[in-house]
Amino acid sequence: MPDPTPPLGLRVRNLRKAYKDVVAVDGLDLEVRLGECFGLLGPNGAGKTTTIEICEGLTAADSGDVELLGMRWSSHAAELRQRLGIQLQETQLGDKLTVFETIRLFRSFFHHGPGAAEVIALVQLEEKSNGRVGSLSGGQKQRLALACALVGDPEFLFLDEPTTGLDPQARRQLWGLIEQFKLAGRTILLTTHYMDEAEQLCDRVAIMDHGKVISLGTPRELITSIGVEHVVEFSAGGAARALDVPPLRSIEGVRDVRTENGNVLMQVTELHRAVPALIEELDRQGVPLTELRTHSATLEDVFVTLTGRHLRDE
Amino acid sequence: MSDVTATIRPEEAAAKAPRQTVLADHPLVQLTLTNLRGFWREPEALFWVFIFPILLAGGLGLAFRNRPAEVLKIATVTPELASALGKEKLLDVERLSAPAAEEALRTGKVALLAEPGPGGTVVYRYDNTNPEGRTARMLADSAVQRAAGRADPVASSDQLMREPGSRYIDFLVPGLLGMNLMGSAIWSMGFAIVDSRRRKLMKRLIATPMPKHYYLLSFLFSRLFMLVIEVSILLGFGAFIFKVPLRGSLPDLALLCILTSLSFGALGLLISSRVQTIEAASGLMNLVMMPMWIVSGVFFSAQRFPDALQPVIKALPLTAAINALRGNMLQGAGLAQVAPELAVLGAWMVMCFPLALWLFRWR
Repeated sequence: MPDPTPPLGLRVRNLRKAYKDVVAVDGLDLEVRLGECFGLLGPNGAGKTTTIEICEGLTAADSGDVELLGMRWSSHAAELRQRLGIQLQETQLGDKLTVFETIRLFRSFFHHGPGAAEVIALVQLEEKSNGRVGSLSGGQKQRLALACALVGDPEFLFLDEPTTGLDPQARRQLWGLIEQFKLAGRTILLTTHYMDEAEQLCDRVAIMDHGKVISLGTPRELITSIGVEHVVEFSAGGAARALDVPPLRSIEGVRDVRTENGNVLMQVTELHRAVPALIEELDRQGVPLTELRTHSATLEDVFVTLTGRHLRDE
Repeated sequence: MSDVTATIRPEEAAAKAPRQTVLADHPLVQLTLTNLRGFWREPEALFWVFIFPILLAGGLGLAFRNRPAEVLKIATVTPELASALGKEKLLDVERLSAPAAEEALRTGKVALLAEPGPGGTVVYRYDNTNPEGRTARMLADSAVQRAAGRADPVASSDQLMREPGSRYIDFLVPGLLGMNLMGSAIWSMGFAIVDSRRRKLMKRLIATPMPKHYYLLSFLFSRLFMLVIEVSILLGFGAFIFKVPLRGSLPDLALLCILTSLSFGALGLLISSRVQTIEAASGLMNLVMMPMWIVSGVFFSAQRFPDALQPVIKALPLTAAINALRGNMLQGAGLAQVAPELAVLGAWMVMCFPLALWLFRWR
C-alpha cells in the first residue's frame, strides 16, 4: 500500500451509483484526512446520502473504490463495523424503549466503548435517561441518535444531515457536541444542506451537485475562490420607475449583479467603495433605496455562483 | 466541557480496565429484551394475545354449555292427536284451530304440525332442514305409534354423557390454543419486523456490528418466553374453570406448542420478509390466517368440509397443530400417534424458514 501523506481516513475513487434512470453518484472522488471534519454540502438530491451510505457499507456502488481506515468493505466488514460510528438520516428508534435501554442495546453490539450512562451524559440526556424515546423532542431524538453512533467509541463518525428539521437552539446544541468530538481527534464525515453548518463545523468542504464534487476546499478557500468578499442586497420593488441595472455593473468593486424576486444582489469585493457609489447611482436614477443589507460571502454564495441555484431550491 | 471530551478519547477508553462482561450485556439478551419490552409496553398486543382467547373460551363455553335436553313445541288440530302426543315429555303440544296452527308453523313458533290425514293416517308438516323439526318428527311419530299400541321389540335404556373431555368446551380449548399460537407467532413476528423496517431501525441495526442471525434468533427467544405465559394462561383457565382435561403427557404438549410456534414463526417471517408497510403486512397476515381460522377446526370439526377438500385442509399447519393438540389433551395421544401432524408442522417450518431468509430484506 502506498504511504499515505497526510494519513487518509477515507479514500473514494471514481464512485458511481445509478437508481433505475437516475444517476445518484457520477464518478465521485473524495479524500478525508484522519482527524478532520469533512463536509459534503449540497442541495437535496445531490447524491450526498447515497455517497455516505456507500462509504458506510450499507449501499453497494455500481463501480468505484472505497477505502476506509485502510480497509475495504469486501474484506474487513466486521472490523470496520466495530470502528465506525454511524448516524443515518431517517432512523426512528423504538418508541417503547427508554433512552437508557436503547443505548444499552446499541452498546451491546460493540466490543469496546464507554458505558451507557457515560454516553448519555455525553449527549446531555441524563434527565431523559429513563424516559421513553417516544416522549423525546426532535433535538433530543437527534442527540440520542448521535449517542447510538458513539457507543462503540468510533474512530470515524458518519453523520448524515445531523440537524435537519431542528430548531436553531437544538442545532446549536448539536453543533457544540460535534465540535467536542472534533477536539477529541475523531474523523468526521457529515452531509448537510445548511451552509452555516458546513462553515461552522467543517475543516474542509466538498460542494456536491448532480452526483459530482463541483468544488473542494476549506470554507474560507471556497469563499475566496469566487473572488467576492461581500454581498450587497437591496430592494427596488417600490420604485416608481424601473431600475436600470447595467450602470450598477460598472460601479468599482462590483463583480456581478443579479435580480431576484424584486431584490437586487450585488457581489462586491470592496464594500467601502461600492456602497457609496451605489447610493449615488440610485440617487441619479431617482430610485428610492429600501432594505439595504450586506453580508460577508458564504458557502451559499459559492453554490449560487457555481450553479446559479440556491442550496435549498429543491 | 474538556472533561467530557476526555471520556471519549479512544486511547483513554482503551486504557480503562476491561469492562466486565455480564450476560445481560450480551447482544442476544439485549435484542430479546427489546422485543419483549416492545410487546409488554403495547397494551393492545397484550389484550389480543392474553385476554382475548380467555374471553372467547369463556363466552363460547357459556353459550354451548351442556343444558338439559330442550322441550320442543309442536302443534296439532285434533284432541285425539293432542292426547297421544302429550305422553311424550320432550314435546310441548298445543292444540290450535287449523288456521292458527298453520300460522304457528309458518312463523316458526312450533317445530312441527301434526294433522290427521285421509283414512286414519297422520301427516307431519315440518321443515326437514331444521334439526328441531327432524327431532320433533321422530318424537311425535314415536308417541303416536306407541299410543296406537306399538310395542318395541328391543328394550333400551339411556346413559347420558356429561363427562369432561366430550363437551364442546373440551373441543374448543385446544382449538383456541392452536389459533392463539398461530396468531401470536405471526403477529408478533410480522409486526415487529415490518415496523422495524418501516422505521429504518433495521437499517440502523445493520450499520452496527450486530451479528444478523442474533436479530432473528432474538425473535425466537422472545417467542418461546411468551409462549410459556400464553399457553399457561389459556390451559390454566380451561383446566380450572371448565375442567378441560389434560390427558397426554405435559412434556409432549410443551413440545407440540413449541413446534407449532416455530412453524408459525417461520411463516410470519416469510410474510414479513419484504413488506414495507404495516398496512400491507396486516393484509397479508389476515389473508394467510383467515382461511385457517375457518377450515382448520378451531370452532367446529374440520370434517364438516367436503371430502375432496380434506387433503388440503389436513396439510394446513393450523389443522395439524389443532389435531395434535386435541389428540394429546383429549385422547392422551403420545407423539408417535400424532406423527403425521408433527410431519406437517415440521414441513412448513422447513419450507418457510429458508425461503424467508432468502427473501429477507433489511431495508
